[in-house]
Amino acid sequence: MRAAAVYAMLGALALAAPLLGLYPVFLMKLLCFALFACAFNLLLGFTRMLSFGHAAFFGSAAYVTSWLVSVHGWGAVPGILAGVAVSLLLGLAIGAIAVRRQGIYFAMITLALAQLVYFICLQAEFTGGENGLQGVPRGSLFGLIALGPDATMYYFVLAVFAAVYLFIRRVVHSPFGQVLRAIRENEPRAISLGYRVNRYKLLAFVLSAGLAGLAGSLKSLVLGFATLSDVSQGTSGEVILMTLLGGSGTFLGPVLGAGIVVTLEEYLSDLVGAWVSVIIGAIFVICVMIFRRGFVGEIQRRFGTAVTRRS
Amino acid sequence: MKGEISVAACVAALALSASTRAAASDPVVIGIIDDFTGVYADVQGQGGVEAVKMAVADSGGSVLGRKVTVLSADHQNKPDIGASKFREWADQGGLNMLIGGSNTGVNIAMAKVALAKKVPFIPIGPGGSSLTGADCTPYSIHYAYDTTALANGTASVIVKSGGKSWFFITADYAFGTQLQDSATKVINANGGKVLGAVRVPLGTTDFSSFLLQAQASGAQVLGLANAGTDFSNSLKSANEFGITKTMKPAALLAFLSDIHSLTLQTAQGLYLTTAWYWDLNEETRAFAKRFFAIMKKEPTSTQAAYYSATLQYLKAVKAAGTTDADQVMAQLRKTRISDMFTKDGYIRADGLMVHSMYVMQVKTPAESKYPWDYYRVIKVMSGEDAYGSQPDPSCPFVKR
Amino acid sequence: MTVFGMPLPVILGQLTLGLVNGSFYALLSLGLAVIFGLLGIVNFAHGAFYMLGAFAAYIGLQYFGVNYWFALVLSPLAVALLGMLIERLFLRHLYSLDPLYGLLLTFGVGLIAEGIMRDRFGASGKSYPVPHLLQGAFDLGFMVLPIYRAWVVVASLAVCAITWFLIERTRLGATLRAATENARLVQAFGINVPLMVMGTYGAGVAIAALAGVLAAPVVQVSPLMGSSLVIVVFAVVVVGGMGSIAGAIVSGLLLGVAEGLTKVVYPEASNIVVFVIMALVLIWRPAGLFGKE
Repeated sequence: MRAAAVYAMLGALALAAPLLGLYPVFLMKLLCFALFACAFNLLLGFTRMLSFGHAAFFGSAAYVTSWLVSVHGWGAVPGILAGVAVSLLLGLAIGAIAVRRQGIYFAMITLALAQLVYFICLQAEFTGGENGLQGVPRGSLFGLIALGPDATMYYFVLAVFAAVYLFIRRVVHSPFGQVLRAIRENEPRAISLGYRVNRYKLLAFVLSAGLAGLAGSLKSLVLGFATLSDVSQGTSGEVILMTLLGGSGTFLGPVLGAGIVVTLEEYLSDLVGAWVSVIIGAIFVICVMIFRRGFVGEIQRRFGTAVTRRS
Repeated sequence: MKGEISVAACVAALALSASTRAAASDPVVIGIIDDFTGVYADVQGQGGVEAVKMAVADSGGSVLGRKVTVLSADHQNKPDIGASKFREWADQGGLNMLIGGSNTGVNIAMAKVALAKKVPFIPIGPGGSSLTGADCTPYSIHYAYDTTALANGTASVIVKSGGKSWFFITADYAFGTQLQDSATKVINANGGKVLGAVRVPLGTTDFSSFLLQAQASGAQVLGLANAGTDFSNSLKSANEFGITKTMKPAALLAFLSDIHSLTLQTAQGLYLTTAWYWDLNEETRAFAKRFFAIMKKEPTSTQAAYYSATLQYLKAVKAAGTTDADQVMAQLRKTRISDMFTKDGYIRADGLMVHSMYVMQVKTPAESKYPWDYYRVIKVMSGEDAYGSQPDPSCPFVKR
Repeated sequence: MTVFGMPLPVILGQLTLGLVNGSFYALLSLGLAVIFGLLGIVNFAHGAFYMLGAFAAYIGLQYFGVNYWFALVLSPLAVALLGMLIERLFLRHLYSLDPLYGLLLTFGVGLIAEGIMRDRFGASGKSYPVPHLLQGAFDLGFMVLPIYRAWVVVASLAVCAITWFLIERTRLGATLRAATENARLVQAFGINVPLMVMGTYGAGVAIAALAGVLAAPVVQVSPLMGSSLVIVVFAVVVVGGMGSIAGAIVSGLLLGVAEGLTKVVYPEASNIVVFVIMALVLIWRPAGLFGKE
């Protein structure tokens, strides 16, 4: 009941946000990164696989969508779908190599393969090299509703975000999600129960890659460009921070984490200059040392114990 | 439930108060979006902001009876951050003019915003000549330098003084290849030739292999088509491997801050092209002295350009009697630019600020008489020689 | 005479330079392998410690007149102290947890170190002079090799050999390895395991700092000098087999040479060749060249 109330309130706030005068482009950027973090959380939070190269999916989908929309005049929806398709395939290729290893090895392999993707994006002709693809039009929804105005685009992004959010919840609570959790808790036991663990892990990886791609495609349409920073290692690090800070393995955590990190980047960097990386580093340290569950994780823990004590 | 309602009310109230903030007594707002923490931070960075503030103070701190305020933000070399900050200031911050610093990619992204939001936009520091070509807008003024001027300066002087055969070490991204292409044209036109080039990934720290290839080519001139740390590291290794003894190094883009961090011992004898130098004349020295008092460094050419651009913009606002973007741009286009930065500047139809450029040679430690005494003037190039007299035909806004 | 359409002297020159770079890789991956092999920590701050080592040398020379030879000893010591402090304050509490936390923590520590140095010294970096004794160059016939580069190769190979010997062939090394297998048992023999672990982390970090001092006269000493290198070095360690000391040294040298050859054939790809090799090795031998499955 309580959770429903919180969601209703958040939903109402999200719907009303542009009317309240909050800046829609900022909100959209925030939603795109929240989506990215949720996709990442599917892997880290619910399967315990730390990918250090998720920017590869985010960025390559952004490139593909931008290229198709701006150079070949595709519509927004086919452009996004193509971006997602590419990131799914890329996820399949990288995942097939990476899931064979666990833990740290897995992290290192995803990092290195993401560097390869970065290199391809830097060298390929269609990505525009260092300058990236700029001035990507937002197009329209099936030629019916123009997405140019910020308000329209905002509700489109919000709808996509809500759909993906519910989809992730559904996946986690499905039998498939249960198996993933079993793998997270004890992989040898899951194997001995007869599950083909690597297949499940690969599927989770591909799913997460595809959703990260969706976030990248949306972002490129919102802001109108795709550039190298989308595929860079820094972006991979940011999404880890968002998930960790908000609370990995919780549903709302990554959303909150993305909100905090994006806001910090937007506003804090002007106030403190080079110290912004010190602050982000310190947040990492604090999270790992005393705040391992993240914001939402901690709240849920305290909230949860309070409820049990009362009953 | 009561608690939740009050939280929601607080959030709503905060959001509303944020939205009404911009509607105060309309100051004239100048924004700076630059690299304040990354690899280009020493070229402009905080020094650029101080230069703009000096220009505002020299214009009396207000124009048309409105106070002038300066905003600054770090684009962190990410186009999305630069462009969304610009868009936000234009939508909500009452922004009247933006100076965009460093990084061509970020500035191209910001040029798109300038066009959409109709805000005068002055990129200073990005080299990409496409800012007044394919990516030009009616609201852009490219100040200080571009790749064409750099190549015309350094390459033509060296070829004419006998450095006929070249080998390039080129940073492998748009800026580097543009520099190499422009320089190659100049070299060929003056009877020299390019014996080879190697495209080096951005951020490479070890240049020794590439230098060995340069040496094996037997070329007379080592053209460094790179910038920042890439430039410092490549020149440093060239010295270490004794290549500067057999080849003449030519920097296609180097700033005073680079030479300062390399030291004269390493950089001596280097040819480079610059828009401005602090020790040119009384006026430049006077500016440098004021700047030094704040920053404890001599200003770079682009920091001086920040000052000049702000001064000229505020003058144009005053002359036009409005901050309306189209009218101010029209005023700027018909003005001859003359201040301590340049005496003969004017804005070409494609938005390029044409002005004379200097080809310099870095002094030897023995020639340097006092701190920051780094350059000797080799040649003064007229604006037309440096940038060409015709507007870039690929700019869609040039009226033909 | 030509090989791959290249004159032989050019190939020989590139091989020599590859060896120079390879010895940096070997030194850095050695430190990582020691820390990972004995402590199970992926030290993402390794690049930052390398950078701090170089800066410690620079600061020593600039403000305290400490010359290069003293810096070779003093700055690894100073950085090791800092490393041990970090181990004592933070890492110690993470050993019982998933190793991913150690990785994330050191990632944060690296960001902090970089940010502070960038604020203090700017991003474009500082110059460190080549010491007098090592100025000049050898003429090898096919190329001019600066004496300093030759010194780098000699010094780092010596450090690699000593470290390998200490860990694989001495009683101290045996105790260390035993402690990683079963800390409680070794503790029962009256050995202070936490102190030993702290010392090991300090030693690994000191090797990184030493690499930084060696690099200072060759490259621009800048806050970002480590972050670009650390990912490559991780790939080197993965190729060698994580935790394998000999693997780290050998694959460091091999990959340095491979990279040197790529710089002649396809220079644009020189930053990436290490990752390609890594991907191939992982498909063929998931545990790395020297790793035990």
